[in-house]
Amino acid sequence: MRFERRADVSVPALLVAPFAAILVSLALCAGLIVAAGVSPLTAYAEMLRGAYGSRLAVTETFTRATPLILTGLAAAVAFRARLWNIGGEGQLYMGALVTAGLGHSMTGGLPAPLAVALLMVASMAAGAALLAGPALLRLRFGVDEVVTTLLMNFIVILFVGLMVEGPLKDPMAFGWPQSVPVAAGLRLPDLVPRSRLHVGLLVALLAVAVVWVVQMRTVFGAEARAAGLNARAAAFAGVPLGRTLMLVACLSGGLAGLAGSIEVLGPTGYVTTTLSPGFGYAGIVVAMLAALHPVGVVGAAVFVATVFVGADAMSRATGVPSFIADVIMSVSLLAMLTALLFTTYRVRR
Amino acid sequence: MSEALDILTSASLWAAVLRIATPLIFGVLGALLCERAGVLNLGIEGIMTAGAMVGWLAVYWGADLWTGLLLAVMAGMLAGLLHALLTVSLGLSQHVSGLGITLFASSLSYFLYRLWVDVGDLPPTITAFAPLDIPVLSDLPFVGEVLFSQMAPTYLALVCVAVVAWVLVRTPLGLALRMTGENPHAVEAQGLNPQALRIGAVVAGSGLMALGGAFLTMAAFNSFFPSLVQGRGWICIALVIFASWRPGKALLGALLFAFFDAFQLRLQTVVDGVPYQLFLMAPFVLSIVALVLVARRARVPEALMQPYRRGER
Repeated sequence: MRFERRADVSVPALLVAPFAAILVSLALCAGLIVAAGVSPLTAYAEMLRGAYGSRLAVTETFTRATPLILTGLAAAVAFRARLWNIGGEGQLYMGALVTAGLGHSMTGGLPAPLAVALLMVASMAAGAALLAGPALLRLRFGVDEVVTTLLMNFIVILFVGLMVEGPLKDPMAFGWPQSVPVAAGLRLPDLVPRSRLHVGLLVALLAVAVVWVVQMRTVFGAEARAAGLNARAAAFAGVPLGRTLMLVACLSGGLAGLAGSIEVLGPTGYVTTTLSPGFGYAGIVVAMLAALHPVGVVGAAVFVATVFVGADAMSRATGVPSFIADVIMSVSLLAMLTALLFTTYRVRR
Repeated sequence: MSEALDILTSASLWAAVLRIATPLIFGVLGALLCERAGVLNLGIEGIMTAGAMVGWLAVYWGADLWTGLLLAVMAGMLAGLLHALLTVSLGLSQHVSGLGITLFASSLSYFLYRLWVDVGDLPPTITAFAPLDIPVLSDLPFVGEVLFSQMAPTYLALVCVAVVAWVLVRTPLGLALRMTGENPHAVEAQGLNPQALRIGAVVAGSGLMALGGAFLTMAAFNSFFPSLVQGRGWICIALVIFASWRPGKALLGALLFAFFDAFQLRLQTVVDGVPYQLFLMAPFVLSIVALVLVARRARVPEALMQPYRRGER
């Protein structure tokens, strides 16, 4: 058996790949559910019910999908340009911290929408700065950004811990290490009354549209894609690689920072060191399942959110450990990676 | 200032350096072996978690400690085999596959641990490796505590450094492995199979990584809990670069790193008014600084991260 490169990327294969990967993952994980003594059909039905069985469940799933859309977008934008940003988790926390810190004291005469927009921009700047560092280290010193962005995640979360136990500690939180809350008037309005779903979802969808237009319709988008496809050829064609990479870093870090800002402005209102159950890392899975396409990110984020919200409910109902959600997600990542091979190669005997 | 001096001259600090370095030595050796053959293995964090879980669980279920270590190694090798199949046989992205292996191996470990172990209020414990008590030697002042009262796997780690260094530098197999990491086409031209060599290196390296994880639950601590590897795998990836892909320097890097870690742990208890998070950040900041210092001079294996497909350039 050997692989032969296709002349063109097969579009049907590309469209089928994520669904095949998800099916393979669900089939493999069924084995683990059986090992837990539960029928996989029952378990998956419970998951669906947990994620979509009631109005509250549906809103919860989309609440969970909101930060995943943004971290997925952050990873997709970076990976397209071959910038390996694994630091989405840290950038998200940095954005959250900035929004909580500034949003608490921001009371002066600004109208709320303007103040909220300013907070989001500030958080995006913080996320962008956090990734600009590793990107600069790669350009100037040749330091691999995978390692630096991974290590930054640990540094940032410890820094958040330091802030919420120190300067930003909420004195009203009965000793819990959580930050001061953002001013009540700055919280994002609910999208559906009496639920946690907020207009942050619309902001995330707007970000998808903006990224899509930037990638498809601007010179920078074309340059970023070229840099990812073949850096040497792109440089030869006159693409300013360094500048393009820095801009990609700012965009990617900014999107992850925005995810953190929206989590604080939306569902939580404050920062803790457990704000994110791994949204940054899950963003990598989302980006891969979307084949790095901004529009695909929405579907992939909803899938991952479904698995996580559904698994919690399923675990309560059947006793299968809720870590099954993480397993399903990681197996679909590996399956998707394998499936993508068949979009660029065909198998010859 | 005198407190810092007291810490530096205490035997317990230097004994702790070797102890803290042990999982790093296993991890960095494993990562180095993979990378010298041309494969980046970002699965390390998850493979260490899997080793920590499997070794611990085996002992919890009644196996003896050495059988536990062996099973941990086998779990690591299985995860490594999966990474090798994806990145070597199929030639997929080593970054994404590695991260996928990390997510997969750690989440599967947590899942099985929750499924098979009844976690009450406190995680259950095992009887872990105890410090060796060598007649005469262990009783020597200072050196006895530092060098001759470690736990058995620590000595195993040091032996592994020597073995890996010897195999890589002095044997035909090592030459072939290094050549696979530099120029797989030349290996093929010699009538050897670069893919088989890479798969072998990744499987063996992953076994070593798992040993590092197993040390955590079977010697350093005596229980398993989620996220106990705490970025040690990523630090090992940084250490490989710091060591410029040489086993001897890797040992040195792991020891240096462990020294700073042991020192800051003790400094925390005597320094007031500094948030403890700053101390915990130190190892990660240090890794980044070390990378910046050496990155320019590091001699990266030429074919690192380049998949090899027969008949394709």
